[in-house]
Amino acid sequence: MRQQLEGSRAVAEAVQRCRPQVVAAYPITPQTHIIEHLAQMVADGELASEFVSVESEFAAASVVLGAVATGSRAFTASASQGLLLMTEVLFNIAGLRLPVVMVCANRAVGAPINIFSDHQDSMALRDAGWIQLYVESNQEAVDTVIQAYRIAETCELPVMICMDGFFLTHTFEPVDVPEQEAVDAFLPDFHFARTLDPAQPMTLGGGSEPDNYQEYRHAQHQAMVSAADEIDNINTEFTQSFGRDYGGLIDHYQLEEAEVVLVTLGSVMGAVKDVVDSLRGQGQSVGALRLRCFRPFPATHLVAALRNTRRIVVLEKAFSVGADGIVATELRAALHNAGVAIPVESFIGGLGGRDLTLSLIEEVFRAASAEPSANCRFAGLNSLPDDIPIIEET
Amino acid sequence: MNFDVNKDKRIFGQSDIAKSGKKVATSGLHEIRFHGRGGQGAVSAAALLSLAAFSDGFEAQAFPKFGSERRGAPVEAYVRISTIPIRRHNQVYQPDAVIIQDTTLLRSEPVFDGLEDGGLMILNAERRPETLGTKALRWVYLPANRISETFLGRPLPNTVLLGALAAATGWVSLAALEQAIGNHLVRKGEEVVTANINALREGYRITLEQEEAS
Amino acid sequence: MDSRDPFRHNVLTSGHRACSGCGEAMAARMVTDIIGPDAIYINATGCLQVFTTHNQQSSWQAPWIHSVFANAAAVASGVEAALRARGDDTPVIVQAGDGGTFDIGLQCLSGMIERGHDVLFVCYDNEAYMNTGVQRSSSTPHAVRTTTSPPGRLSEGKHHLKKDMISIIAAHQMPYAATATVAYFPDLKAKVEKAMSIKGPRFLQVLSPCPLGWDHDAAQTIQVSRLAVETGLFPLLELEHGAVTGVMHLPQQRPVEDYFRLQGRFKHLFGSKGGIAEIRHLQALADARIQRYGLLDTTTDWNTDTASQVQRHGRGGYSLDRQEDSQ
Repeated sequence: MRQQLEGSRAVAEAVQRCRPQVVAAYPITPQTHIIEHLAQMVADGELASEFVSVESEFAAASVVLGAVATGSRAFTASASQGLLLMTEVLFNIAGLRLPVVMVCANRAVGAPINIFSDHQDSMALRDAGWIQLYVESNQEAVDTVIQAYRIAETCELPVMICMDGFFLTHTFEPVDVPEQEAVDAFLPDFHFARTLDPAQPMTLGGGSEPDNYQEYRHAQHQAMVSAADEIDNINTEFTQSFGRDYGGLIDHYQLEEAEVVLVTLGSVMGAVKDVVDSLRGQGQSVGALRLRCFRPFPATHLVAALRNTRRIVVLEKAFSVGADGIVATELRAALHNAGVAIPVESFIGGLGGRDLTLSLIEEVFRAASAEPSANCRFAGLNSLPDDIPIIEET
Repeated sequence: MNFDVNKDKRIFGQSDIAKSGKKVATSGLHEIRFHGRGGQGAVSAAALLSLAAFSDGFEAQAFPKFGSERRGAPVEAYVRISTIPIRRHNQVYQPDAVIIQDTTLLRSEPVFDGLEDGGLMILNAERRPETLGTKALRWVYLPANRISETFLGRPLPNTVLLGALAAATGWVSLAALEQAIGNHLVRKGEEVVTANINALREGYRITLEQEEAS
Repeated sequence: MDSRDPFRHNVLTSGHRACSGCGEAMAARMVTDIIGPDAIYINATGCLQVFTTHNQQSSWQAPWIHSVFANAAAVASGVEAALRARGDDTPVIVQAGDGGTFDIGLQCLSGMIERGHDVLFVCYDNEAYMNTGVQRSSSTPHAVRTTTSPPGRLSEGKHHLKKDMISIIAAHQMPYAATATVAYFPDLKAKVEKAMSIKGPRFLQVLSPCPLGWDHDAAQTIQVSRLAVETGLFPLLELEHGAVTGVMHLPQQRPVEDYFRLQGRFKHLFGSKGGIAEIRHLQALADARIQRYGLLDTTTDWNTDTASQVQRHGRGGYSLDRQEDSQ
């Protein structure tokens, strides 16, 4: 049933439908409403879960690790500083191939401390071995949470659902949270082969030496690469059951004969679509592409979708300090590997909750018609207090 | 075709007919900005407005501009009401209406930003404020603190001001607002719900009177 | 560059964004004014950090650093180590909330104490994660409503007891640990001064009521703070090298309901059978604490300067209405 819900509330309801037996909770803005709703559901007997209020995010990640390793579906959520505090454990979960699912309410990373949205937190963990899915709307957040448990449990890889803090978590908009029966039909009972069970004792997390470590890591990489197909298939199956389609790994908008394509992730895609429409209305051949799945990196799909365009601009909310935009760098590599020579320009914007306005997005499109710049540019810099120089191009 | 993405409010895509048959928005999109202080319910007001618009059959979006959780600190909240699905999640820069829950904000906050001539300002005030800014705005003012104190026992002006907005614009129906209050505040009990609905109605009534008188 | 305002001498000066009636702001002003601006302050993430350094502004008139949530005590250890390496005895002060002390900050705090760093760690205890919107911490008392320990069909609020932090700290056998609260300023002052006269790791836990999170009238912060002590729920203690060396005696014991009635976070306990049982439980906890620390005894012979001073000069603290106190 379609309802007007706050994003966090919708996500909490989606989590509830997935029947996690353990929820680990440590508050950090802007994830707080998600765990608060889950707490109320547990308090009211609407969610049969052990609600574990932990002492830190490091513990939150560890609690869900322990729960899943013991054969129970689990959930946690975090953001920013908290997500980074989990780092060691997140690598550990991925290496143990545990199907943990978590929501990252994307938020900037300090210093300087900032509670607003950008993608630096999840992007900083792109090497950890987690599947990363970035959602555009609260509806997609709901649907992706449900898909995530299927993906995680099928691929035996942990999944991080990335949703923009405040822009999505704290926004009321229409959402259809699927009914319990429909979710039960889509999500089988949690089964996992390698659990801690006295009836079938296993050792998890043992040591490794130079003569076998590399093979474990290679296997992890292969599992991640193969997961791409599963993510696609599960999306298709979801579409068949629930009627909503997110394109699987990538979602594109007005790509037909587009001469300039803007590539981005997350909720800004909504505004990008509005700008594409208005520019097309002015006779410009522009289009947009959203990476829904960032890990595994959908190189083949991206190349196939983009090979016929003339210019690509990437607008992303994270970067590697001292280097370049992250998505832009990986996209350039994918195109280069496929022998496709299209200039990719890198724009960094929307950091720390800075709003990506329609006019700013339009400027990014316009920049693509000028001479391509090899350096990454920051979209929409204001001036800072006196003694800090304004950076226009790095 | 000349199109200025900043100025034009048209939403591209397939139009949708409002199911309720109520007074339909005259343009595709209405944007409303609330100014308040933490604890005055500006964020709740935005949420309630979006709930009401949704139940009236529109597409709606509401979100806060967040600071930290401090009582008394200035807050802003935004609402979009549209006849077609709203895709963008930007802040609201060109509100068609601004609701100011606290007159002290007139001096300290950019309450006039983005309003065009003919835009609507709803102010919680005992009397018409002296400095009205430079734009040719439509002003509605009402003593929402006093009204809410009568019905709720304390100065919580948000539902009163929502009533005022409904009366001044017709963008959302009173019935839908009442239903939204009932659902959103159900946990606080029937008395609180009824009190808020009465405050809402009073805000509506007073504003209609003011509109009719002018 | 000396950024101190010559016309205002508070270390924590005006212009910050605390809620009206904030107990933590009160406590921080009291504590830092006693310590003074010639100290280095390390702040954990939390209300105090946020409302004093919001968006490129600062209300601190002393050197001050914020790093992350968990590491204030570790950063302070580094600051202290650097100063000592240079023979500099500038005081090093940590300020943290209960989250940054009892929960996420506990590891670093324990390490700092165990290594014997010459740091005063001040915990402003408002009994929940207030900055992020009132979620429970391990300092949240039993049966309290927070957003992650909400009352509901199956719940009467937080299940677990308030962590006995002062005992954990004291078990480190460190030179000085004490509890204090805003309602008893001379007592707080004496404890800060005492702590500042000692070398090594020192700890203060200052109960700081939060009008927003505890849901009480912003004008009643001091009253709420006093009742926490007078019910026995928050004993005012001093511990040195693991042993209790001073307590604030109570002339009488106030029933816990007197304390609860002022605060919305306990409201759900009045009017349900389960709630009434929890009130009795909390009363029993208060009784046990009074018993444990001999708060109603008048015969115990304490021999520390502070304890004697308190005995000589009485309870101190602000009392707006003497009539009310004697009820």
